[in-house]
Amino acid sequence: MANTKEITKDNLLEVRNLKISFKTDEGIITAVDGIDFSVKHGQTLGIVGESGSGKSVSTWSIMRLLPKNSIIDKGSSIQFHRKSGKVVEMTKLKANSRELRKIRGGEVALIFQEPMSSFSPVYTIGNQIVEAVLQHRDVSKEEAEEIAVDMLDRVGISNPRQRFRQYPFELSGGMRQRAMIAVALSMNPSLLIADEPTTSLDVTIQAQILELMNELQEELGMSIIFITHNLGVIAQVADEIEVMYLGKILERGKTKEIIQQPQHPYTQALLEAIPRLDRLGERLTAISGDIPSPLSRPVGCPFYTRCEKVMPGICDIEMPKPTQLSETHTVYCFLHEEKDV
Amino acid sequence: MVKFLFQRTIGMAITMFFVSIMVFVIMELPPGDYAERWAFRKFSGTGAQITEADLDNIRANFGLDRPAPERYFKWISGIVLHGDFGEAFAFQTSVNNVIGQKIWLTLAILFSTLIVTYLVAIPVGIYAAIRRGSAEDYALTVFSYLGFALPNFLLALVLLYVSITVFDSSVGGLFSPEYADAPWSIAKAKDLLGHLIIPAIILAWSATAFQLQTVRATMLDELNNLSVTAARARGVPEWKLLLKYPARLAINPVVSTMSFDANRIFSELPIVALVLGLPELGELLLKSYLDLDMFVAGAILLILTFMIVFMNFLSDIFLAILDPRVKLIEG
Repeated sequence: MANTKEITKDNLLEVRNLKISFKTDEGIITAVDGIDFSVKHGQTLGIVGESGSGKSVSTWSIMRLLPKNSIIDKGSSIQFHRKSGKVVEMTKLKANSRELRKIRGGEVALIFQEPMSSFSPVYTIGNQIVEAVLQHRDVSKEEAEEIAVDMLDRVGISNPRQRFRQYPFELSGGMRQRAMIAVALSMNPSLLIADEPTTSLDVTIQAQILELMNELQEELGMSIIFITHNLGVIAQVADEIEVMYLGKILERGKTKEIIQQPQHPYTQALLEAIPRLDRLGERLTAISGDIPSPLSRPVGCPFYTRCEKVMPGICDIEMPKPTQLSETHTVYCFLHEEKDV
Repeated sequence: MVKFLFQRTIGMAITMFFVSIMVFVIMELPPGDYAERWAFRKFSGTGAQITEADLDNIRANFGLDRPAPERYFKWISGIVLHGDFGEAFAFQTSVNNVIGQKIWLTLAILFSTLIVTYLVAIPVGIYAAIRRGSAEDYALTVFSYLGFALPNFLLALVLLYVSITVFDSSVGGLFSPEYADAPWSIAKAKDLLGHLIIPAIILAWSATAFQLQTVRATMLDELNNLSVTAARARGVPEWKLLLKYPARLAINPVVSTMSFDANRIFSELPIVALVLGLPELGELLLKSYLDLDMFVAGAILLILTFMIVFMNFLSDIFLAILDPRVKLIEG
């Protein structure tokens, strides 16, 4: 049903009814349970959620990078506008097909949380950038090296020619993440997926990287999906935010709407958990309890087991329907569904 | 790299110095000495009375009366400066003459075994890891464990039997009868290779079983590495990224255990050689001990340990070439 709908023109990527499960020894685990999101040309979508909420899984599935034991449900649709103007249904692409390889890197690039382990330790930084460039651009090896050095320079790495010949373990954490961004951008993608790119960095470096990404986006005009568990970080980069919990989306809206008028108790709790200068001395409020195991997903709203405003007999029966609060702001919560009634 | 090579070479020299002292001590260890043995063999049955003075004369003849450090120095300087391993008393010729041919055979078997082992274990281990859980993977695992489980001498006997009954050719010895005394020629070299491959296969089977499982396990670890996913996310074709990233690292543990393989081969070779009738060093080593022919025993021990130390040296160099992190630690 969802598949018949064509992608709208302003959207670079449109994901509808995405459902992903994993076959494991303990049975089938559903990691992502029917979510929708879209990314507009040149904009940044932030996806926020705790570990295990399915944010990485849902974005890795766009590039078909999930392990062999994963199943993308047949009703799921991931439509992507290629540079050529053609729209492809990513879920229908054959594994290892030429088209998929062209899109991987060349049109959708991915940077990871761990810049150390996402580089191979036995090849130089330059080797790995040149490999990426040669894969996607029609240039000679010498030209690829020039592009690589230029890209290292552009992401703010000093002595790019020297760094080019160095191994990943010879660079600092911040440098490595810059180098990782250089690899991704050297392939000239139209969509950059940043999977917790600043989580392993200290706060000053984190701010520098965020600023760098904002600058590069303005320069190159690409779209970004920014994944993080930190609402404070995402507020600085995203145009729109989706809040995920246990494989479901609980709230979505413009960054301003989510940060200033959060409506879902979960989003409100996440915001409470961010340390703020004007509330020094107060205790930070943590969300009580742990995220439930995906093996025993709660029936109804996934958050009701930890929600302070839980309404027994309502929240634990079925998943709340979306409530439009504004043209862009949607929340999935019975508190708001009731107001409408 | 030059500094690294230099360090390793010095390290190897120091190791060999201590090894040579240990070998010399081992040479001195057996009770009695060659003089008594020589006198016994020469005069037993003749009814001649041997006095302590006669024994001292014999000792002086062979230079056995000198203090140990002096004898050690004479022995080791002969080896290092002139490549002279001393006298083989029982054969009444130089040690070099006695072990010359056999050392080449032993080394030929060692290297052909290592080559067979790595040629099979590395690609097959990588393949098994990529096809993890498939029928081929299980078949390969079972086949390689057979190599672990079957004793080498049994394998040697079976191969001997099969080659005689099915192929009507003897695998025993080094050369077929028609080449045994023939001058060296390409045909003779081929004949030698044909005879080497059988002991190489027998010895390589168990070594392969071990290394194949090592390669497979490392490869499985590396396949889950984020850098592999990262390369895939860059659109690198699957076969290319498998070879470039995980396969290259899967070779490391094999390279770093080359000297273990050499050690294993040296200790298993004598039994296989006995069954196949190969004239190699192991049998000679045992015989020289029984005869108290200590220079022969010392030469063999020294050469075998040197080979193991040398394989270790090669491991280090190969590892440094394969993995840039090694150089960093060595400084």
